[in-house]
Amino acid sequence: MDKKLNNIEKFILKKISDIDDFPSGAFNIRENGSGIKRHTTENVNIVSKTDKQGIDIIVKEGTKNETIHIPVILTKGGLTDIVYNDFYIGKNAEVTIIAGCGIHNDSCETSEHDGIHRFFLEEGAKVKYIEKHYGQGEGTGKRILNPQTIIDLKDGSSLEMETVQIKGVDNSIRQTFGNLAKDTNLVINEKIMTHGAQFAKTEFDVVLNGENASTHVTSRSVAKDASKQEFISKVSGNTKCYGHVECDAIIMDNATVKAIPEILANNIDARLIHEAAIGKIAGEQMVKLMTLGLSEKEAENEIINGFLK
Amino acid sequence: MLELKNICFNRDGKQILDNISFAIDDNKFIVITGPNGGGKSTLAKIIMGIEKPDSGLVLLNGEDITNLSITERANKGIGFAFQQPVKFKGITVYDLINLSLGKKVKFSEACKYLSAVGLCPRDYMKREVNASLSGGELKRIEIATVVARKSGLTIFDEPEAGIDLWSFSNLIDVFSDMKDEISGSIMIISHQERILNIADNIILISNGKIKESGTRDEVLPKLLNNTKTCKFLKEDING
Ligand SMILES: Nc1ncnc2c1ncn2[C@@H]1O[C@H](COP(=O)(O)OP(=O)(O)O)[C@@H](O)[C@H]1O
Ligand SMILES: [Mg+2]
Repeated sequence: MDKKLNNIEKFILKKISDIDDFPSGAFNIRENGSGIKRHTTENVNIVSKTDKQGIDIIVKEGTKNETIHIPVILTKGGLTDIVYNDFYIGKNAEVTIIAGCGIHNDSCETSEHDGIHRFFLEEGAKVKYIEKHYGQGEGTGKRILNPQTIIDLKDGSSLEMETVQIKGVDNSIRQTFGNLAKDTNLVINEKIMTHGAQFAKTEFDVVLNGENASTHVTSRSVAKDASKQEFISKVSGNTKCYGHVECDAIIMDNATVKAIPEILANNIDARLIHEAAIGKIAGEQMVKLMTLGLSEKEAENEIINGFLK
Repeated sequence: MLELKNICFNRDGKQILDNISFAIDDNKFIVITGPNGGGKSTLAKIIMGIEKPDSGLVLLNGEDITNLSITERANKGIGFAFQQPVKFKGITVYDLINLSLGKKVKFSEACKYLSAVGLCPRDYMKREVNASLSGGELKRIEIATVVARKSGLTIFDEPEAGIDLWSFSNLIDVFSDMKDEISGSIMIISHQERILNIADNIILISNGKIKESGTRDEVLPKLLNNTKTCKFLKEDING
């Protein structure tokens, strides 16, 4: 378990978790199917699963302001890595969790990482969960990522999830399931950019079970070249609750974007909103930036970078 | 110097600009005024390259720029503040100032441009230039970013619209300062008497034609005495 990181590893780590070496605080770094380094703290314990690949991350009740890093790096082709990570967040604990998967595939074989993350938040717990996905490499081997996130929020807890997938991932199906009890809040911000012949599908399924549960799902995506995207969101409200889903996509070249909303109210006090907009870059935004001296290409880049920021 | 020669612009069988010719000398402050729908914004867009005239020439310092792109004109020193500022998603006020200056500047450096238009930089710098800002705020940000460019010729299309009276006095200062600071010309499309009052020259455009043109002292009395034009001046102050 003791090793130094090489440059490719450092670069990918930086891309997916904004660190370029072993961080302070609790962390677990996984590379090519096995853990390479782990660190725990007084409040955050990390234990390997015994029945399957993966770890349990256990955060003590009342823990404040700790950051936990659990990046995954794949640098070999021909590898399918399936990992199960379970997060147990104690009562009133407040933590930031930075996960992410970076694939560097120079080979001609497919690299695939399927992360199944389950979050169990006890009463009053607060989690900020950041997940980044990144792929690079010169080979023709495909880079495939299929993250699954299952979120269970007990009374008064909240989770804010940020997921980013910019370039380099050939195929991804991302599924997020939420089950929300009383006075909980789930915020999901998703950013996706696909190009070439990539395919990205996102599926959200959030059930608002407890009174005053609320969720805000925002998806912003850019589809370039001949890439394809699909956005499916289901929100059901079974009591007095609030749900807001917003899907905003910029479509370019010959790309395809499909948005399928489903909102289901099972109670008269459930308030559910779905907004979806797909369109090309607004012409007036291009014109404005060109009047500031930017070329067409530069203007386009600025608009997209801002949109996905 | 900017020169327009016989500019014509027709759309949907309507003559929107009918043979417009005039020149803006260096270091001059020109105000274009006239009733709504007269063709003022269209003229400004033709100078910036956003619209192409059906016939006529646009010359900048003697060079024919009629067929140049917006970007090329911007880089040759034409700046334009839109009548209706454009909104973005994710681009902040600070980003827009940097884009406008063509380089990334320090936060403190960017602040002065916002202060000048009466916005507290601390409150606005990180805000996105989107629909969460009010019309007046967007308008002032628009003016700030265009002033920052220090263009040889800067065009403001109805800068007063949506701006409250207190800020309006500051706005007048912005234009006066600009006039003192930069060696360039300013063209403002406006209905405001206080802006007309600081003009070197005034041009009145109505129905796509130049109706009056000359120094402030020549044109202003005619505008104020003519009940018809006076009426639109008053009506449009809030519009
Ligand atoms: N591209 C266009 N197509 C059709 N009509 C236009 C176009 N541009 C401007 N117009 C019309 O030309 C007239 C002048 O517009 P504008 O230049 O905005 O006037 P002003 O700025 O003086 O109020 C208006 O009637 C407007 O609707
Ligand atoms: Mg106008």
